[in-house]
Parts: sequence; structure tokens; C-alpha cells
Amino acid sequence: MTPEPILELRDAVVAYNGTTALAGVSLRVDAGACVALIGSNGAGKTTLLTVVNGFTRLSAGVVRVLGMTPGGMDTTRIRRRVGYVAQTQAVDARMPITLIESVMTGVYGRLGWRRKPSQHDHAHVHSILDSLRLLHLAERPLGHLSGGETRRAMIARCLAQKPDMMLLDEPTASLDDASCDIIMDIMEQVHQKAQTTLLWVTHDLDALPPCCTRTVRMHNGVIAQDTSHAPGAGHGEMAAAKHNESGIAHG
Amino acid sequence: MVELLRHEYMQNAVMAGFFSGALCGVVGVFLVTMRASFLGICVAHAAFAGALFGLLLGFSPMLGAVLFSMAAAAVIGPIADRGSLTPDAAIGILFSVMIGIAFLILGMMPAGRPEALSLFWGAILTVSRGDIVALAVVLFVVAALLLLFFRQVQAVVCHRAVAAAAGIPATLYFYGMLCATGVSIAVSLPSVGGLLIYSLVINPAAAAYQLTYNFKLLLLLAAGFGVVSCWIGLALSYALDAPAGAVIVLTSAAIFAVACVISPKRRRPSWRTVPTRL
Repeated sequence: MTPEPILELRDAVVAYNGTTALAGVSLRVDAGACVALIGSNGAGKTTLLTVVNGFTRLSAGVVRVLGMTPGGMDTTRIRRRVGYVAQTQAVDARMPITLIESVMTGVYGRLGWRRKPSQHDHAHVHSILDSLRLLHLAERPLGHLSGGETRRAMIARCLAQKPDMMLLDEPTASLDDASCDIIMDIMEQVHQKAQTTLLWVTHDLDALPPCCTRTVRMHNGVIAQDTSHAPGAGHGEMAAAKHNESGIAHG
Repeated sequence: MVELLRHEYMQNAVMAGFFSGALCGVVGVFLVTMRASFLGICVAHAAFAGALFGLLLGFSPMLGAVLFSMAAAAVIGPIADRGSLTPDAAIGILFSVMIGIAFLILGMMPAGRPEALSLFWGAILTVSRGDIVALAVVLFVVAALLLLFFRQVQAVVCHRAVAAAAGIPATLYFYGMLCATGVSIAVSLPSVGGLLIYSLVINPAAAAYQLTYNFKLLLLLAAGFGVVSCWIGLALSYALDAPAGAVIVLTSAAIFAVACVISPKRRRPSWRTVPTRL
């Protein structure tokens, strides 16, 4: 018997204000996979991620995440085990929260309100900050970080959850090469060591970790292409996919 | 002044000032940090309308204020969350409805109801022991809940979407904070008055917000500024023979002005050059 996938969408439709963001998407992702989600602006990539963690509700179809359907208390249960790094995170420069307090938010979600973070949890968060080269900024107000540092802080918060699956919405967009390398290295490590499932939205064909073995291209709210390839060999597939996509866009 | 403290009414006023100042300061931090000050205005006016409703029907104004403010919080929460209506427009409509109800009830009341007028301006010098007990109980409950859920409250107040994505039931905490605001405003109403309570909620919290990045200190400062506003306001109103509620509010505004002038947040952050401690 085939084990239940970590994520399954069947004929998923999302429509709001007369616009169809997802127009019947079916996708199955097994635990431990690393899947790249590519496509032009408005293709439905971000909507798909927000359906998975319950921020967007389906108009029709089925979504199953970790054996649960988002809705009610299951939404909270899913979010505790599925880390989400949003595309943009605007932070007020005067906000009374430091980087480490923000990253600890991931631990609080996982522990629930009854349990307090242990010494091990604090040590874990410090090691995450260290690996993302953020430890020296730990006590700095979150709103005083640069764009790249804020993006890494959001990834650190996500890792602090110890998630089974991570939804990454263009985590390396508009970052310098050094920041991209740091993020890709740590994602590669997380995927190898903890077998964390990664669903990675990107426009940048070079900004994907080598562990990525599957490329899903979306166009106009549907999956236009779903390709599996050897680890680190996705670049050619994606380049071809991007070429096809520009062909679709032009006629 | 010390002589005055021997009178029971003054002792009551000082205690009411302590509890309502601290309470309004703390719930004000939720609103100011979430940039939801207008929600506070709406809840304050709902409490005012509810208190008048209680007076009209002959039951406790405080109970009416609690019921109306809780109902307003229950309506405002979903409105603020849903994108189908612009939150500021929807809250503005609800605010005008509450003001309309308040004036309608005032018009229906027999002329010369001093209790109704005291709900307008507040009457901290005539506040009863029962009112003080209610203030103390609500402050204790809010402080206890805050201690219990401090980490989650900070996460939700500072970045609600991030907290929700991390698996914290952010909407539940948000509604909880709105309800706490509603009840706090309702029990503070007899002391400060329906037209002035909103300032005592926002001003001390906004002043504290200028001074620190530490959430715990922010709460303590806001509570402290609320208490100081009430006590200095009381003393000044005695010295100047002026209405206490108005002087309390003006004192809180003066504290806010001073905080703005000395705020370290107005200066360019020096984080890039100063080594951080760890």
C-alpha cells in the first residue's frame, strides 16, 4: 500500500473577487521531497503555498496536509508542523521585539501555551542563528535588520519550529550572493539531516539547493509541467521549462 | 494635599487612579503596538453607550458598559479581519452607531440626570468602593493572563501573521485582547468618563512606545504613565479647581509630548556601529 503523501491537492480551486488563482490543481508530494515551484507572476504559486498552511481556503477540491485538512483546530496543528516563509515581511522599525524573540515565536507555536521553552530549545535557536550568521544580531530590534537579515530571520523562525515541511516563497529573492549561499546551504543540510520536505517557490534558476529533485511549473493557476530529475540536475529542466513558459506567454 | 488623603473620597480617587491608570496603560499597549487605536475609540464609545443604556433601564451602568463593549469587540474583530469591507470604514460606521445610540439614550432620559453627565466627564472623586473592587479584579485578571501568555501575546501583538504561521492561534489571542480592552474600558468609565477614557488608553501607551524596544518594559512604562497621569491629574485638578477627568487626560498628553521629545527611536539607530552584547 502506498503511504499517504505529506501533501496532496486534488482539483484544488481558489477564486476570489471574480479571479481564479488556482484552477484545478492536483499535486502529490511525498515526505522528504524537495520540490521547486516555478512560474510567472500570477501563476498561482503563492496561493498554492497559502492553501497548504490554511491562510487561503479552497473554493472547490481537496487539500490534505500531514493527513489533515486545513480548517478549525487542524489549521493550527498543521501550522505547527509546516513552516512558512512569506514573500514579504514588512516590519515596523519601532516594533518592540528583538530578533531572537521573533525567532523564538517558532518554538512557542510548536510547544503550545502550556509548555515553556527548555534550555535545549534556547540552544537550538542559538545554533540556528549561528548557522544563518545572525547570532551577533540576536538582541537587535527586528525592525533594524536589513532586508537580507530579515529574510534570514524569518527562515530561522521557521527552522525553530522543527517543521516536517517548509514552504518557502522566494526565500532568496533580492538577496546578495553570500546571503543566497547561506540560505541554500542550510536548506540543503536541513533536507539531508532531518528529511524535511521542502516546497520552494523561485524565479531564480540558480537559487535552488542541489537536493531539489522535482520541478513543478505553474501557469495561469494550473500545473503546466511536472518533472523529476537527478539531484542537482534541475537547472536544465527548469531552463527548458522557463523557455516553454515564455513560449506560452508569447502565444 | 496630605490632609486631603484622610478623606475617604480622596482615598477612593487615588486607588481608582492607580487601578484604572495601570489597566488603561496595559490594554493601550495592545492597541498602539497593533496600530489598532481606532478599535479602542470604537470600544470606548460602545462602553459609554452601554453605561447609558444601563442607566435608562435601571440596571448597573458598569454592567451595561461591559456588555456593549464586549459586543462591540465581538463585531469589530471579524470586521477588522475580513477584506470584504475596509476595516477603517466599517469601524467608523460602528463608531458612529455607538455615538448615535448614546445620544439617543441621553435624549430619552428625563432632564437633569447627573449620573448620565458624570459618565460623560467621569467622576473620580465620587467613585464607589464597588467600582474600585471591579477595577482591581479586572487589573488582576488581565495581569495574570498577561503573565501566563506573555510570549504568545508579544508574538501576536508584534507580528500577528508570523505568529499565526508558526501555529499560535493568533486570532484567538487578538479577540482576547479586544475583549480585555472592552472590559478594562468599561470598568474605568465611572472614573474617567466616556469622552476621555480613550485618551487614557492611548496616550500612556503611545508615550511608552516612544521609549523602549523591550515589550516587558513597554507594558510597565505604559502602566506607570497611566497611574502617574491619574495622580498628577488629580493633584492639579485640586490645585486648579478644574474637572479631574480633563486634567488627567491633558497630563497624559503632556507625558506623551515629553516622551516624543526624548525618544531614542527618533534618533538614527546606531546599531551598525555599536557592538551588541551576547
